[in-house]
Amino acid sequence: MVEELKIDNDQETKDMLENSEYKYGFVTPIEQEIIPKGINEDVLRYISKKKNEPKWLLDFRLKAYEKWKKMKEPSWAKLKIEPIDYNGISYFAAPKEMPKSLDEIDPEIIDTYNKLGIPLEEQKKLEGVAVDVVFDSVSLVTTFKDKLAKLGIIFCSFSDAIIEHEELVKKYLGRVIPSGDNYFAALNAAAFTDGSFVYIPKGVKCPMELSTYFRINAEDTGQFERTLIIAEEGSSVSYLEGCTAPKRSTSQLHAACVELIAFDDATIKYSTIQNWYPGDKNGKGGIYNFVTKRGNCVGKNSRISWTQVETGSAITWKYPSCILSGDNSVGEFYSVALTNNKQQADTGTKMIHLGKNTKSTIVSKGISAGFGQNIYRGLVEVSEKAENARNYTVCDSILIGENCGAHTFPYIEVKNPSAQLEHEATTSKVGEDQIFYCQQRGMSEEDALSLIVNGFCKEVFRELPFEFAVEAERLLSVSLEGSVG
Amino acid sequence: MLDIINLHAEVEGKKILQGLNLKINKGEIHSIMGPNGSGKSTLASILAGKEDYEVTDGDIIYNGESILELAPDERAQQGIFLAFQYPIEIPGVSNGYFLKEALNSINEARGKPVLKPVEFGKLIKEKIKKLKMDDSFLKRSLNEGFSGGEKKRNEILQMAILDPIFSVLDETDSGLDIDALQIVADGVNSLRGPEKAFLVITHYQRLLDYIVPDFVHVLVNGKIVKSGDKGLALELESKGYSWLEG
Ligand SMILES: Nc1ncnc2c1ncn2[C@@H]1O[C@H](COP(=O)(O)OP(=O)(O)OP(=O)(O)O)[C@@H](O)[C@H]1O
Ligand SMILES: [Mg+2]
Repeated sequence: MVEELKIDNDQETKDMLENSEYKYGFVTPIEQEIIPKGINEDVLRYISKKKNEPKWLLDFRLKAYEKWKKMKEPSWAKLKIEPIDYNGISYFAAPKEMPKSLDEIDPEIIDTYNKLGIPLEEQKKLEGVAVDVVFDSVSLVTTFKDKLAKLGIIFCSFSDAIIEHEELVKKYLGRVIPSGDNYFAALNAAAFTDGSFVYIPKGVKCPMELSTYFRINAEDTGQFERTLIIAEEGSSVSYLEGCTAPKRSTSQLHAACVELIAFDDATIKYSTIQNWYPGDKNGKGGIYNFVTKRGNCVGKNSRISWTQVETGSAITWKYPSCILSGDNSVGEFYSVALTNNKQQADTGTKMIHLGKNTKSTIVSKGISAGFGQNIYRGLVEVSEKAENARNYTVCDSILIGENCGAHTFPYIEVKNPSAQLEHEATTSKVGEDQIFYCQQRGMSEEDALSLIVNGFCKEVFRELPFEFAVEAERLLSVSLEGSVG
Repeated sequence: MLDIINLHAEVEGKKILQGLNLKINKGEIHSIMGPNGSGKSTLASILAGKEDYEVTDGDIIYNGESILELAPDERAQQGIFLAFQYPIEIPGVSNGYFLKEALNSINEARGKPVLKPVEFGKLIKEKIKKLKMDDSFLKRSLNEGFSGGEKKRNEILQMAILDPIFSVLDETDSGLDIDALQIVADGVNSLRGPEKAFLVITHYQRLLDYIVPDFVHVLVNGKIVKSGDKGLALELESKGYSWLEG
């Protein structure tokens, strides 16, 4: 059932490459294995077999598939989505030659990651950052694995984890996001291919940033990655994911699931820089980014912090959430979402307060330019037993130009009267006076705009690890190109 | 250095400048006074290149060439500086970072090397000390939460760092206490030189005790109706503007 094909740059893709600002839109010409389009039990069996999965995992997939078939695509989001043909997608794509080690990776792929600013070669590896490299449906390599293993930290691809740490995966998979949670989570549970697995043992503070770099390369494929991070009692970890994809005139689906579990006194900091291909000026092509991310602060005094910088994708549908089960646990959500041209984003968070003295902070910064539509949607829920819960929410939107839009939908459900909730929301326009002031001091109009917008996002960027904050600022400036004048 | 010839300008269909002539040579300080709404800030904005204002007639020649077609940043890069009557706030952008970006853009445009962080640090420390400002100013968001006087002093700090050739000060003295006035004036005087020129817009002749102008002009209804030396400012102080209007 497997057919081989060679990906090459068709003319349309080339033309688009030359005409636009997205700098990661190239295609890596390598031999790929791509299974025929469509989803059915055989496909799931094939994926499962390909990964030598145990039977329970195949059953997990098949059950999720049964649920998914009965579900409907969510329609409540304020998004305009072209109908998705789930049988027009291939559910598995991987380089034909799978490397056994770093030396065996196709030079074309090494080159790809160099262009993306992620050197994989041993001597050039990023200081203090371990990287798991996911290319289409598979993880190719994970750096610093051995060094981390000495501390008992497991950082590997999801596929490896299934083989090497089966018990841990079995214990925690689907515990935070049940397989039937929502339409896209169910699809992911059925068809997920790879992603990262992180386990931080009791009392260990992970000494370096862990990061996963997701790259979609193949055409007409979907990427369904799955990430699971477990932080045992008293441990801490900072994890970052980055994403890019080639430019294509057709849209591609990316439906990921990320589950985080923090036990007593543990801290997980999860940062995302999402720069999937956003489509062209007219809204042609681009990634549909439909992601379910959720963390459970199971333990007392635990903390989960989501920071996201969303500049890419044609459509983003994403609500990284925290379930604050443990007493005194803390959930945080810091978000910058930028929509330019015809991009749409419906994003926000859910903070579910279950334990006593739980605290949550939500800082959302939406930037709309061109014809972009930016929606913040957030839920703060305080259960009956959540004595003294606190939430602080601030949602700021900034508009650039006349044709874009920003909307906020804050939902609040409070069942315990001791809760204290604060909510602030502002919408402003980038002032011509501000731009003029910067220009009067010698800056170009574009530099002025990016300075002002970066200032607007300061509260979020300062939550990012330093190197990535610099990257985020640069990305924002690039994404704003062409939105003035 | 600067030659404003028969300048007519309007905003939203309203005629504001109506045939303004003014010639400023290297090394000179000119002062403009005039009643509220007479067009002083409008003139300053037009010199800096603000888009809202439409020049319907006349020209502005700077160093031998018309600047009407130049964007505001190009004018700034050629050494034109405007200390705003109402400085703008930019949340989240630190004052120090803003200054560094501004100086880098200007140096780059002038083909000068971009300053290393250490060099910039030294430069700014020196200037900020001269203006008797606190170092903590650099870390705060640009003009956000600054008092009126602090904002004005910050404008002069920017001027001192960017080292412009032609500076327009729009009511920089309004809202300053006596000590601050002295400091701001010192800042201006230390930038004076044979290659530089200033246009100082003010309502109070007191400032002109500190920054002594070569010429004083009175702007009424978008036109210069009288010019003189510092004595004219004193005369205006006692007589007001009514004898010049109408
Ligand atoms: N953007 C604008 N839109 C409409 N009217 C404007 C605009 N800018 C200036 N004006 C008008 O033009 C006239 C001149 O304004 P300007 O600010 O130049 O006066 P000024 O001489 O600086 O006054 P002041 O001494 O009060 O600072 C005023 O009547 C003002 O209301
Ligand atoms: Mg004025």
